[in-house]
Amino acid sequence: MHIYLPIAEISVNIFLILGLGGGVGFLSGVFGVGGGFLMTPLLIFIGIPPAVAVATEANQIVASSVSGVLAHWKRGNVDFKMGFALLFGGVIGSSVGVWLFALLRGLGQLDLVIKLSYVVFLGIIGFLMLIESINAMRRSRNHAPPKRRAHTWMHGLPFKMRFRRSRLYISALLPISIGILVGLLAAIMGVGGGFVMVPAMIYLLGMPTAVVVGTSLFQIIFVTANVTVLQAVNTQTVDVVLALLLLSGGVVGAQVGARVGVKLKGEQLRGLLALMVLIVCAKISYDLMVTPAELFTLGRGGH
Amino acid sequence: MMKILYSLIILLSVLTSANSATARELSVDLSEDVVQITAGFDGSELLLFGAADGMADIVVIVRGPIRDELVRRQERVMGVWANGAEVTFENVPSYYFIASNRPFEEFIPQEIARERQIGYQEMILTPKDDIAKAALDDATLGTFRDALIRVKQDHGLYGKKAGNVHFIGDNLFRTQLRFPNNIPVGQYAVDVFVFRDGRIADEHTTILGVQKFGMEAEVYDFAHRHALPYGVLAILLAAMAGWFANIIFRKG
Repeated sequence: MHIYLPIAEISVNIFLILGLGGGVGFLSGVFGVGGGFLMTPLLIFIGIPPAVAVATEANQIVASSVSGVLAHWKRGNVDFKMGFALLFGGVIGSSVGVWLFALLRGLGQLDLVIKLSYVVFLGIIGFLMLIESINAMRRSRNHAPPKRRAHTWMHGLPFKMRFRRSRLYISALLPISIGILVGLLAAIMGVGGGFVMVPAMIYLLGMPTAVVVGTSLFQIIFVTANVTVLQAVNTQTVDVVLALLLLSGGVVGAQVGARVGVKLKGEQLRGLLALMVLIVCAKISYDLMVTPAELFTLGRGGH
Repeated sequence: MMKILYSLIILLSVLTSANSATARELSVDLSEDVVQITAGFDGSELLLFGAADGMADIVVIVRGPIRDELVRRQERVMGVWANGAEVTFENVPSYYFIASNRPFEEFIPQEIARERQIGYQEMILTPKDDIAKAALDDATLGTFRDALIRVKQDHGLYGKKAGNVHFIGDNLFRTQLRFPNNIPVGQYAVDVFVFRDGRIADEHTTILGVQKFGMEAEVYDFAHRHALPYGVLAILLAAMAGWFANIIFRKG
């Protein structure tokens, strides 16, 4: 059964899209990540124009983050003050990102920048996560006590604020900078940015793991909502029909995945997630380097 | 079933009009005069019927709305493939399909093919601005031109090979027109030429509309005319869907 997507202007198999939503939703439920970094490349792979894939995925992430944040909120695992600081940066970053997106599209280098961003960020994060989870698995075997955080240059920055729920007294500039970076990635890569923000919050800010996911989801809702509206206005590439199909598959998959996820150990989960991130990274790098079968591509000319 | 019945009616109408019309020797009709892109659209097929007097050769050409087409060449930059040189061609038909009763090169003289742009060989594709024309030599421009046609063929928007026009009896003919699921919307021109002794004996142009219908058209219009409300509505829909999912699965 086919459905014609009004904005992407192609016809797709409805079950393929529901299946993609369900599959990526399952993985995001298991690992507690948004899944945008898997979904956007997959959408491009099945023939959705990259610009539509990025903008529509931002719209879908709004839905999955709302669903996720409500669950964390009930357990009191959202640090709203930290969330607003991250969000402040996120709105700046994503607005610049959408502008950059349109600029690169005009220059004809958008696809390359999207792919290169994937390779760089997935490569770095995947590699760091893999090392960390291997170390964690070793530590849990040796029962060695975890290292205490040392004082660094970051603690000397101005505009210090107290974040009660995170039990931190740090400069507001830190979460704002992280927010800007994640906002940029959200606009250009069509991701929520959880895979960058969560490690940054744990390792750079030193937030307690319990509040990290809820707080990052809180920020992601508003950053992806900002991206959705800006893309709708500037590029008209948000396809609501595609987004609705993806999220209906996604919510079911995520719930099933979450039930599987609780049965796995934390460091095992992070190790598996790291491997998955590295596989996506390797696939995109390979496609960038191998000689394409068709050297020419078509795009719409100026009017 | 309806399709067959409809085809028969057309066939009859073409037959009767062919008998009554003595001034024109060619009459043509399509099984539908609009291609409707609806929610379930997955490409479409139309039948073209025609009647021509006496023995003749028939060529049918379908052209989609013209637009500028940007062709980019991938070039290796520091180990990765990036978009390099580019040429914008103007007035490119977004869709092109040709059908004839026998290979059209056999009965169409080259000057007529050139004048009427019949076949890819004679399709006029010119770069949009003079800078591109001056900067590129003819051979390079030729590779971009060939690439444009090749990629369009890969997308299914240009026919890979010419279709067949079948004769039913001496002067009735029909051909099948295929439209893939990625066709652009707009006005399509269906030209039918009757060739006899190396010249055009008669010709007929039918306009075929390709349009989005129903929900598809409304969503597209709304997204383009009221971009801000559309974006706001998109996030409200998503937020509500997320909220619903949370309620349903908490209870389940």
